[in-house]
Amino acid sequence: MSFVEARNVTKRFGENTVLRGVDLEVDEHEVVCLIGASGSGKSTFLRCLNLLEEVDDGTIAVDGQTITNGKVDVNALRRKIGIVFQAYNLFPHMTVIQNVMLAPVKTGRLGSRQARGEAMELLARIGLTDKADEFPDRLSGGQQQRVAIVRALAMGPKLMLLDEITSALDPQLVSDVLNLVRELAEVGMTMILATHEMSFAREVADKVCFLDAGVILEEGPPAQIFSAPEQTRTREFLARVIEAGRL
Amino acid sequence: MQQVLHTFFSPHDFRLSLPAVWAGFKVNLKLMVVAESLVLVLALAVALIRGLPGRGAKPLRALMIVYTDFFRGTPLILVAFVIGFGLPALNVRALSGLSNFDYGVIALTLVYTAYVTEVYRAGIESVHPSQRMAARSLGLSYAQSMRYVVVPQAVRRVVPPLLNDFIGLQKDTALVSVIGVAEAALQAQGYSQTYANFTSYTVAAVLFVLLTIPLARFTDHLIAARERRERAAAT
Repeated sequence: MSFVEARNVTKRFGENTVLRGVDLEVDEHEVVCLIGASGSGKSTFLRCLNLLEEVDDGTIAVDGQTITNGKVDVNALRRKIGIVFQAYNLFPHMTVIQNVMLAPVKTGRLGSRQARGEAMELLARIGLTDKADEFPDRLSGGQQQRVAIVRALAMGPKLMLLDEITSALDPQLVSDVLNLVRELAEVGMTMILATHEMSFAREVADKVCFLDAGVILEEGPPAQIFSAPEQTRTREFLARVIEAGRL
Repeated sequence: MQQVLHTFFSPHDFRLSLPAVWAGFKVNLKLMVVAESLVLVLALAVALIRGLPGRGAKPLRALMIVYTDFFRGTPLILVAFVIGFGLPALNVRALSGLSNFDYGVIALTLVYTAYVTEVYRAGIESVHPSQRMAARSLGLSYAQSMRYVVVPQAVRRVVPPLLNDFIGLQKDTALVSVIGVAEAALQAQGYSQTYANFTSYTVAAVLFVLLTIPLARFTDHLIAARERRERAAAT
C-alpha cells in the first residue's frame, strides 16, 4: 500500500469545482512534483492532504489511515505532515528560534530544552544559527522560506508538502531553498511539491503529475513527461513554460 | 470678566476645594484601574467567544452579540442607575449588599467591555488567515493557535485604539457620581453648592486633563512608531 493514496478527490468552492476527481499514489521516500497552470488545483490538492481543506468527495489515506471519514484526529495527522507555503507564513511576533520551537513544545512532542537543541541543529543545517534570535522581518525571503521549511521539519513529519515555495522569491534566492529541498530528497523524505520550477522538478522528482482543470491529466517519470508527453494539453503547457524561459 | 474669573478660576477656592476634589479623584483613579483591568480580560473573552467556529458555538456567539449590541447602545448613565439603584432593590444577597464603588465598577465594566470587545475583534480579524492556517498546519489546536499566534499579534495591533477607549473610560468614571460614588465630580459639586463657587469643577477638570494628556501623547507615539515601522518594512 502506498504512503499516500488519493482516490477521486473532489473539491468545490461554491459553484467552482477546483478538483474533479484526483487520483494519486505516493510511495514512501518518493518525491512527486505537481505541475500545471495557476488555478489547476495544485495548492488545493495539497491542502486536502492535511485537511486544511475538507474534500467534498473521494477518499484520501495517509500512512495506512483513511483521513477523509471525519473520524481522524486532525491535529495528530498534521503533526506528521509538514506543509510549507508560498508566502512563508512565519509568525512575525516570534524570533526565528521561537518559530521553530513553538509547535514541538506546545504539542508536547519535545521538552523545551530538547526542542531548542533540535531547533538549533536544524538552523545550523540551513546556515542560519546566527539568525536564531532575529525576528523574521530581518531575514531575506530565501532565509525566511528556509526557516519555514525547518519549522515544519521540527515536528518530525513523515511527509512534506511544498506549495510553490519558491514562487515569491527573487530569482537569486531560489537556489538556496531548492538546495535544501534537494537535501531532503537525498535523505529519503517523502515529498509532494507543487512547483513552477520545471528544471528542478525534472531533476528531483521520481514522478511528475500534470494537473489540468482539476484532474491529473498525465503522470509519469520526469523524462517521459518533459520529453515525450502524450497529452496535447501537457505539450501546450510545457511549450508555454519553455517560451517563458523556465525550462 | 471679573465675575467669570472669580466664579470659575478663583485661586482661593482652588486651594480650598483641592483637597476634597483630589480625594474624590483618587476614587476615579481606583475606578479606572479596577474597571480597566476587568475590561481588558472580559472583552478578550467575549471577542474570542464571538469568534468561535462551528455550529455548536452558535448560541454562545448569539448571546455575546446580544450583550455587545445592548451595552454599546445603552447610555452609561442609564446602566449606572439600573445597577446602582436596581441591584440593591433586588434583595439578592450576592448582588444587593455591594458598595456604591462596586456598582460603579460593574456599570463601567459592562459598558466598556462591549466597546473593547469590538476593538479586540477588529484586531483578531486583522491577523491574516494564513497565520492561523500555518499554526494549524503545524498540528496546533484551534485554542493553541489563537493563544500563541493570533491573539498576541492582534493585541499588539489594537493597543492604540484600546488606549483611546480607556481615555473615554477615565472620563466616564465621573458619571457614576449619579449613584453616589464620592468621586471628583461629586466632591466638586458638593463644594460648589456649599460655597456658591464653581472653581471646584475647574479643579476636577484640570485633574482629568492632566491624567489624559500623557496617555493621549503616548497613544500618538505608538501610532507614529508603527507607521515608521510599516514604512520601513514596505521598502
